[in-house]
Amino acid sequence: MERILIRGGRVIDPSQGLDDHIDILIEDGKIAAYNPTARGDERVIDARGKIVSPGLIDMHVHLREPGHEDDETIATGTRAAVAGGFTSIACCPNTDPPIDTPATVEFVRQKAARDGHCNVYVIACVSKDRKGEELAEIGQLVAAGAVAFSDDGAPVYDPELMRRAFEYCLMFDKPVCNHCEIPELTRNGVMHEGLVSLILGLPGIPAAAESVMVARDIALAEATGGRLHVMHVSTLGSVDAIRRAKARGVRVTAEVTPHHFTLTDESLRTFDSNFKMNPPLRSKEHVKACLEGLRDGTIDVIATDHAPHAKEKKMQELDRAPFGIVGLETALSLVIMRLIKPGILSWSEALAKLTVNPARILGIPKGTLQIGADADVTIIDPDVKWTVDPEQLHSKSKNTPFAGWEMEGRATVVIVGGAIKYEWGGHG
Amino acid sequence: MDEFQSQLLELRAGWCRRHLLSLEELSAEEIVRILDTAQVFRRAFDRGIRKWSLLTGKTCVNLFFENSTRTRNSFSLAARRLGADVVDFSAATSSLSKGETVVDTARNLEAMGIDAVVVRHSTPGTPHLLAKSLRCSVINAGDGPHEHPTQGLLDILTIRQRLGRVEGLTVALVGDIAHSRTARSNIWGVKKLGAHVIVCGPSTLVSRDWEKLGVEYSYSLDEILPRVDVLNLLRIQFERQTRRPFPSVREYALLYAMNAERLARTKPGILIIAPGPINRGVEVTADVADGKHSAILDQVTNGVAVRMAVLWLLTGTTDQK
Repeated sequence: MERILIRGGRVIDPSQGLDDHIDILIEDGKIAAYNPTARGDERVIDARGKIVSPGLIDMHVHLREPGHEDDETIATGTRAAVAGGFTSIACCPNTDPPIDTPATVEFVRQKAARDGHCNVYVIACVSKDRKGEELAEIGQLVAAGAVAFSDDGAPVYDPELMRRAFEYCLMFDKPVCNHCEIPELTRNGVMHEGLVSLILGLPGIPAAAESVMVARDIALAEATGGRLHVMHVSTLGSVDAIRRAKARGVRVTAEVTPHHFTLTDESLRTFDSNFKMNPPLRSKEHVKACLEGLRDGTIDVIATDHAPHAKEKKMQELDRAPFGIVGLETALSLVIMRLIKPGILSWSEALAKLTVNPARILGIPKGTLQIGADADVTIIDPDVKWTVDPEQLHSKSKNTPFAGWEMEGRATVVIVGGAIKYEWGGHG
Repeated sequence: MDEFQSQLLELRAGWCRRHLLSLEELSAEEIVRILDTAQVFRRAFDRGIRKWSLLTGKTCVNLFFENSTRTRNSFSLAARRLGADVVDFSAATSSLSKGETVVDTARNLEAMGIDAVVVRHSTPGTPHLLAKSLRCSVINAGDGPHEHPTQGLLDILTIRQRLGRVEGLTVALVGDIAHSRTARSNIWGVKKLGAHVIVCGPSTLVSRDWEKLGVEYSYSLDEILPRVDVLNLLRIQFERQTRRPFPSVREYALLYAMNAERLARTKPGILIIAPGPINRGVEVTADVADGKHSAILDQVTNGVAVRMAVLWLLTGTTDQK
């Protein structure tokens, strides 16, 4: 395997509190040395003016395979991941069949090892067949390699099942990741319920539908000692409840998506289904609360909820179009433009939410540049300008709300296990 | 006829909007232009002129995905009276039942040489979706609870005819505001022309957020009655409600039905309109609906005139003789 020397970059590794100009040597797929004496046979990557980060981790991705290969495959989804700077992703189990047996976990892992461009970790179902009735065989799923549990796409609705899931997952020290939504409050809903939905006459999804279940899950996690990870937090009430729970010592972590901290429900005025996702884009005060949660550490993780849908599915009436957007290839730029450059987060704080924090929640040996660690590295040009052209995205689906956006900053070289998996060609 | 024709040509001069998707997006000047044009058609109609050749050679499609008699017939009649051909398309008998998407259906129709698509659909924004994918004119004939621009226009035309103006009036919309496209189109339309708007109904159907748009809200019809110049009585849209937002129809009628007793407490010149179809005994009692303050049937006549005006402005060509 090629020896790689990353030279002259600003290395920011929140896992070891590192922010310094260091040359990094990669050898045999591992981080081998800092500031080494060059032997001369290394492939040298000039990282002057660039940020060198541990490979980014997205703990909320829908790869769609098996079952919805018209939307995305493990091959295309992981290609999109590396193009966005992600070297590890965790994929959700709402496939067809759902990932609720060791065999499906094994299928995804093998397929990823064969076709994948980055590391793929599997989040398996909380319940058998994702039906929300009985626990899936969590012990066997853990043995097969599942790193967390979720029925995402849908909430774990039954409070008793949620309680059991918390208790049972404790045995394996795994988090239960919940999509928090009270379905009775969101029925037929298409967008955030507020002034904009009132004007457009579109059925609303009230913020309380999320906050109520977040509060329930916090109470259950507190009662059981279980580990709760709140997926795609979008409301003021959720952020507030999580902040207070953390202060009490409840084992709760949370993520926010780039679209929820970037866009508001005003976008729906175009009636474009690329602004339809669940949870929906919220109004300004909720976006502000998410930003504040990111800033003060209430929100641990930035995750994309990458949800590819084929064009023909999205090009429908708003109520028929499915929820979700692709996010892998725009996330890092939005973090740079919306969080780092305006001073909401420092580079180190932002990268922690994309590296070491998700690694710790999932219990995976990633998100670090320590000597001896797997050589997953993302080199970021913080200032390079590029324009989002949906047709240029590597994802099989093009359902992005950021079409035509002028972006600032992106991953330019992405190394997975010591191999260069992506190099930005300067276009697109 | 020539006198009308030259007025119509003049009114169309400089009009550049291709679609009619909402009244929210129109300026006051554009609304007035449509009303003035409709007024010409209405005057001509009252003088017995029923047939025009303004749109000869043009084709309009009625693309209705929701039931409608009044609006659909009104659009058909409007197009035919202008000399256009009309194709009726109903969702039940179409390829949509075979799984074709709404955009594909519309594109197929357009490929047959269509100048305007009149679309009604239960989902807000569907006319906007079609407008993005078609080259021809798209006219919104009601998209779910969002807007019903021609209904708003015909209501305003009726108000203007009966009361001589819109500016300075107090217009109350009563009933199921939450699910009413007529309410939304009326709110934008009459506000732009300078009227004060009150939305009135049970708190489960009347959002307090309307206030942020400069619209007064009230839960008490009795309280607002003495101050209003126009009452627009909206139908309770049972079909759009997932759970009935009030305990019973009886209780609703008790609080909001416009009856003779309430009529006696209004201003003397009160105008009562309703977009129809009406639930007699729920929103309005028969004596009021058929009484001298009611302009309900006049609205229907104005509906054809307004739709003629819209079709003419959107798809007409001014250079013809």
